[in-house]
Amino acid sequence: MTTAEKQKSDVFLKYLRPRKKFPSVWCPGCGNGIVMGAFIRAVDKLGYSKDNVAMVSGIGCTSRMPVYMDFNSLHTTHGRALAFATGVKFAQPNMKVVVITGDGDALAIGGNHFIHACRRNIDITTILINNYIYGMTGGQGSPTTPGGALSTTTPYGNVEKHFDPCHLAIGAGASFVGRSTVYHYPQMEKLIMQALEHKGFSLIEIISNCHTYFGRLNRKGDATAMLEFFKENSVTTAKAKNMTPEQLEDKYVIGTLHEDNVKTEFCDEYQKTVDAQRNG
Amino acid sequence: MAEPVKRLLQGNGACVEGAIYAGLKFYAGYPITPSTEIAEACARQLPRIGGRFIQMEDEIASMAAIVGASVSGLKSMTATSGPGYSLMLENIGYAYMTETPCVIVNVQRGGPSTGLPTKISQSDTMQARWGSHGDFTSVAVAPSTVGDTITETIRAFNLAERFRTPVTILLDEVIGHSREIVTLPQPGQYEIVNRVKPTVKPEKFVPFELTANGVSPMPAYGEGYRYNVTGLTHDVMGFATNRADEIQAKLDKLRNKIANYEDEIQKLRVEMMDDADVAFITYGSVSRAALQATSLARQAGKKVGSIQLYTVWPFAYDRIKELCSRCKKVIVAELNMGQVVHEVEKVVCSDTEIHTLQRYDGEILTPEQLLEKLEEVL
Repeated sequence: MTTAEKQKSDVFLKYLRPRKKFPSVWCPGCGNGIVMGAFIRAVDKLGYSKDNVAMVSGIGCTSRMPVYMDFNSLHTTHGRALAFATGVKFAQPNMKVVVITGDGDALAIGGNHFIHACRRNIDITTILINNYIYGMTGGQGSPTTPGGALSTTTPYGNVEKHFDPCHLAIGAGASFVGRSTVYHYPQMEKLIMQALEHKGFSLIEIISNCHTYFGRLNRKGDATAMLEFFKENSVTTAKAKNMTPEQLEDKYVIGTLHEDNVKTEFCDEYQKTVDAQRNG
Repeated sequence: MAEPVKRLLQGNGACVEGAIYAGLKFYAGYPITPSTEIAEACARQLPRIGGRFIQMEDEIASMAAIVGASVSGLKSMTATSGPGYSLMLENIGYAYMTETPCVIVNVQRGGPSTGLPTKISQSDTMQARWGSHGDFTSVAVAPSTVGDTITETIRAFNLAERFRTPVTILLDEVIGHSREIVTLPQPGQYEIVNRVKPTVKPEKFVPFELTANGVSPMPAYGEGYRYNVTGLTHDVMGFATNRADEIQAKLDKLRNKIANYEDEIQKLRVEMMDDADVAFITYGSVSRAALQATSLARQAGKKVGSIQLYTVWPFAYDRIKELCSRCKKVIVAELNMGQVVHEVEKVVCSDTEIHTLQRYDGEILTPEQLLEKLEEVL
């Protein structure tokens, strides 16, 4: 191990829970570990105090992530992470509140909480790891499963339409929205840092591989093959500007998709009410 | 002490007065008749005391938000009615499992389903006991007047904080919407309980440690104790477990921390029971009619007594058994098709006749109806 490699791994270990029993629940090669690494390094670079970070999640493979890290962690009920996180953030507005969620958790059972957290523009960073399928329960279709794709509940091909989480968030009022893939590690880390520093509701969608279910059922190959696929089929926002909708079909547009630094934030606005009523 | 302040309040308003007295700093809710005035009063009053009010997108989210606020250190409450309580049960279960103090007010109306939004009922009594899935021991209190609502709300917060558990206040439409003149509690008049915080260093902290009384000290997020909170069955460190011994220990903890102190949680109002041949057993707004009926019956020379359950859950089996042991007959009167009566049946001995008076047509039980029932059973 080179010195540089060792330093990187030390940073990672510094943020893992010292008293947690490992290994994680994730399959070997799962993209969740890549995202956790990027998140840890982003937090480390930003120099946040561990005491001042609260990680909130719901149910699913992705939602186990907060349990492994040495922050305040709230592993809640399926789909409800953003509603719990709203309570945490509103009670302690100085806390850095981060929600880690998956496509099923955030967009199916949690869809209502998702759009309303966006609408309030409450200062929560949401990292949505989109692997197009329910992993923990064994490969069922989700709101992001593409049309025609196979899952255990769409055995003859998915007949439903899918959500684009980023466009949903922008439409619902989120003030920072970006996308990355687990292949684009450095860009992902940078995007997470931007989202954490943004004041207001931020969403980072990270396209990830569930080779165990989505990959296997849809003949996408193993983890490496899926990452290769993300690499080949991603275009940056800068490149996408000069492409037609037809050219962009089935492409992952990565980068910052939306940023609004003018929109007021929920807790700040409420504090103004508190100040006015207390003085009035 | 300052001059007592009197106010004309609805039960719903009294609930908010009691809650703020007890230290309420965070309210999340969703509008629903007949509880909405609680949300409205919190929206007005909480900013003035530096507290926080948020109208959430539904009752599931409301319950989630108050749990999030409670683990962050604020005393938290939500209010709803039957349909909303049904939705909250998911995260009420989460609060049981994570041992998060919070207060849920259910201003009951008729059901099932959307039922009777503006009519009285006591048909959520069993739901408050067993509503959420899984094994747990629940705590529920039942005021019967607007004045009671203040003191029972204070008690609900104190129980929630002391035992690290959700507490349900079973109000009903008539108490919630009745206006009465009440005296507001004065500073220092009632004891206020706050959750016990850890004193050990963070690296020695065991978040769900089995203490002598079963209640683990609870830090707020941000206080340096970075621990895990999960709805999965967990070990003392707060991490999910599949080990049989750890699973049983957790569930025993949830039960015993309350079961071992039941006598301190149970509160009854017992009137004229010393020589009573017949006893009314009631709770909530029906208790008012029962007290009136008891008084009128006594004036007529009948040996009647009244037992009012201020604490519905955990049910006061032992005391009910003892109080009724000398009675020939009991009349359990409630605004449902029979819920608490089944608890009474479990303990009242076979020598005592159990009679019921049940109303579920959206109307109150009157003293006259209780007296009629008394005549019938005598």
